[in-house]
Amino acid sequence: MTENITPIWEVFIRARNGNAHRHAGSIHAADAEMAMQAARDIYTRREEGNSLWVVRSSDIHASDPGDGGMMFDPAADKIYRHPTFYELPEDVGNM
Amino acid sequence: MTDNVLYTYVVRLADDAIILSQRLSEWCGHASHIEEDVALSNIALDLIGQARILYSHAAGLEGKGRTEDDICFFRVERQYTNCLLVEQPNADFAVTITRQLFFSAFMLPFWTALKSSNDDVLSGLAAKAEKEVAYHLRHSSEWFIRLGDGTPESHSRIEAAVDDLWMYTGELFDLDEITNGLVKRGLAIDPETLRSEWNETINAVLARATISRPDECWMQIGGRSGEHTEHLGHLLSPMQYLQRSYPGETW
Repeated sequence: MTENITPIWEVFIRARNGNAHRHAGSIHAADAEMAMQAARDIYTRREEGNSLWVVRSSDIHASDPGDGGMMFDPAADKIYRHPTFYELPEDVGNM
Repeated sequence: MTDNVLYTYVVRLADDAIILSQRLSEWCGHASHIEEDVALSNIALDLIGQARILYSHAAGLEGKGRTEDDICFFRVERQYTNCLLVEQPNADFAVTITRQLFFSAFMLPFWTALKSSNDDVLSGLAAKAEKEVAYHLRHSSEWFIRLGDGTPESHSRIEAAVDDLWMYTGELFDLDEITNGLVKRGLAIDPETLRSEWNETINAVLARATISRPDECWMQIGGRSGEHTEHLGHLLSPMQYLQRSYPGETW
């Protein structure tokens, strides 16, 4: 299989209405229509969803694993970014 | 209640489905890439599902206590009544896709029409099969277009496949006494009423694939009366081997 003839596509499936599309995996296909069919045939055989997105893998810009320290570590000690950090007045009730 | 005419009609439909399913199954593990391997197997599984409902229904119509498996695995070549198109060998991928296109383009309007059959099992199955075959038609059409309008190699292979299989398409529209009698009872479909839609579908796909439609030619028939091409026996052997060697064996 030649990559430039049948490039890789990422497949996203929405399990039910109202949910978000979630990444399911990837497939090879020559173009969007064939990618949609391959995604249907490979990933929705067991009622996994009711909507499909396919995206050329080369169109996805991924973060560099080497940048992990800079990108993600600073969030580790910012507990005030979580709603549970704040005490709510009793009158507010459940939010 | 025994209804021999309807039994014959239902078994024809079942035989079409199971034979094409067996052909498609031969690709399992051998297709060009995993995506298509699974796609062809999915189609084969849809057809097995259709065949099982039809064989079970036929067994009931016959009323002799036979099961779906008895009808499927214990009839010989001359007792099989599938159309000649579906038994043609896979050859290359172009032939497989062209065979699927020709058959699915007929079966889609067929199932749509059969939804109004007076036979409850047939009309119920038609509603399910219509959706399955709509996808089979899309899948084979899109491949056909890409192969026809692809490289010089894929174009010539698709062209050869069309030329090889065209003479088996006429049988789809064959109307004999069995079908004719059932049409009058509101149980079956007169295939002639599906011809214009088949032509429209095929002409559109051929045009997009840059393949010209073959000239009208002599059409081969005979499958409905058990007169098959030499290929059917070789298909039945592996398909029936297990049940004939170990009758009644189950998973």
